[in-house]
Amino acid sequence: MSPAPLSPAAATAGRVRRGEQRARAVVEEALEAIARREGELHCFNEVTAEAALGEADRVDALVAAGTDPGPLAGVPIALKDNLCTRGVATTCSSRILEGWLPPYDATVVSRVRAAGAVIVGKTNLDEFAMGSSTENSAFGPTRNPWDTTRVPGGSSGGSAAVVAAGGVPISLGSDTGGSVRQPASLCGVVGVKPTYGRVSRYGLVAFASSLDQIGPFATTVADAALLLEAISGHDPADSTSLDLPVPDLGRAIDAGVAGMRVGIVSDFLEGASPGIRHAVREAADALVAAGAAVEDVSVPTLLDGLDAYYLIAPAEASSNLSRYDGVRYGLRVGAPDVAQMNARTRAKGFGEEVKRRIMLGTYVLSAGYYDAYYGQAQRVRTLVVRAFEAAYERFDALLAPTTPGVAFRFGEKTADPLAMYLSDLYTIPSNLAGHPAMSVPFALGEDDLPVGVQVLAPALGEEAMFAVAAALESAAAPGSRGPVPAGAAVVGR
Amino acid sequence: MAEITPEQVAHVANLARLDVTEEELERFSAQLSSVLLHVETIRRLDIAEVPPTSHAVPLSNVLREDVERPSLSREEVLAMAPESEDHRFKVPRILGEAP
Repeated sequence: MSPAPLSPAAATAGRVRRGEQRARAVVEEALEAIARREGELHCFNEVTAEAALGEADRVDALVAAGTDPGPLAGVPIALKDNLCTRGVATTCSSRILEGWLPPYDATVVSRVRAAGAVIVGKTNLDEFAMGSSTENSAFGPTRNPWDTTRVPGGSSGGSAAVVAAGGVPISLGSDTGGSVRQPASLCGVVGVKPTYGRVSRYGLVAFASSLDQIGPFATTVADAALLLEAISGHDPADSTSLDLPVPDLGRAIDAGVAGMRVGIVSDFLEGASPGIRHAVREAADALVAAGAAVEDVSVPTLLDGLDAYYLIAPAEASSNLSRYDGVRYGLRVGAPDVAQMNARTRAKGFGEEVKRRIMLGTYVLSAGYYDAYYGQAQRVRTLVVRAFEAAYERFDALLAPTTPGVAFRFGEKTADPLAMYLSDLYTIPSNLAGHPAMSVPFALGEDDLPVGVQVLAPALGEEAMFAVAAALESAAAPGSRGPVPAGAAVVGR
Repeated sequence: MAEITPEQVAHVANLARLDVTEEELERFSAQLSSVLLHVETIRRLDIAEVPPTSHAVPLSNVLREDVERPSLSREEVLAMAPESEDHRFKVPRILGEAP
């Protein structure tokens, strides 16, 4: 085993708290690193440089006054642009919200600030988080820092890519069907979807409310743990937020995996590329070497989850997105009466994928189809929960691929919505069940592109999940994780 | 076998308050049909006895004390409105009659 990699966010916070480095210097360095590659990668919808330097000065003033700014003191962080930031544009990469300035901060935004982190900007995403490549952004795609002819994944593509490019050590995304884990895998960084309810969704622009969960990106498992601890915990402003203590993930990482039982979801291996199958097998070997008991487990129902997801998520989205009607905020297209104003505003403001999902969701919820589609999908969701429960009678955690393939090329899947949807096949079941899951960079696969392996755990099983993730990180192939050294990206692998 | 005709797409677009072009009617008709064909498998599952899961977390009736607390000011709420007048959101006419 190699030693645990240096965790840059934890190290930076330590230096800033001890007064060994000024937050301003840290943030200036991050802004320079971002500027060097932003023109090429387009990770951001907006870089808030001036506000970030002001925040950094505030952190430095606290340190100077002898007050501890918190566990993320002076650490630059990027936020997916579907998290509300008071007075800073929050667009969801949609024309319909272009220029919208929220009147309040999302709870996670207040929490990262209270922990001493410094927000440097809002990252690009597939419009309203609907997509798996960031190609659905109304403001143009983000490029993968490992190979700029390829997608970074999505929908949190900007947040994954900026961490992989070394712009910031940590960022936040949201995961409705894999939108943190899939881009994490494609960009060679750590990405976590917590248990549903761990992290407040207050101020996260809603896509599919029963599936959405905010989660961290980082270059190391320990940094992801630090950020998750900072944003977790009960919030009265979100009625689905769980009133439970925040787990001590650092201790879970130190505890190791000796004696743990880990199942490999064999059903997920069949559709994965050879490089990815190989990575998962190697990951299993690494866990055995670290003292875990590992065996294959078949959880066949999980694959029905994709169909259920592509009924449930559009149904909830069609309802959530009805609020964009040109009345209270956002775009308005003029018309002689209000109904035409609504329809024209939405036609002009929404992009193609968003329209497709609104149409699909409206159809499956419409009279005569509700039970055949939506009701049936909710019953399949129960089957997925039961299938996981059966597996967790025998295992503490599960191991699976995060994605069926490595980062794909621009345009490769845009013509066929179903092909794009399939890239979330292995991540969706955890959202349906509300369970935690994370992607850990582990190997290089086809075309020497990064491959993440996925660790799944039962509800509230973050401690076991992080223990397994840390063991995998220690055994990961050299060069398989970000940050990618500037200038080292190979174009067109 | 589920197939959505362009006429059905037009009906759904009206329900969704979304203007669609002729070209979009054709395209959405084909694409939505293909997605629904894919989900046919779960439609055929014999699971009528399985209770639906609507939510991952079994919480219900989360209540709070009904007490006054500060909220956003009218100015803040209206600041981002496309059009407002006299502290209200302004919209084009709602009824069918011309003014």
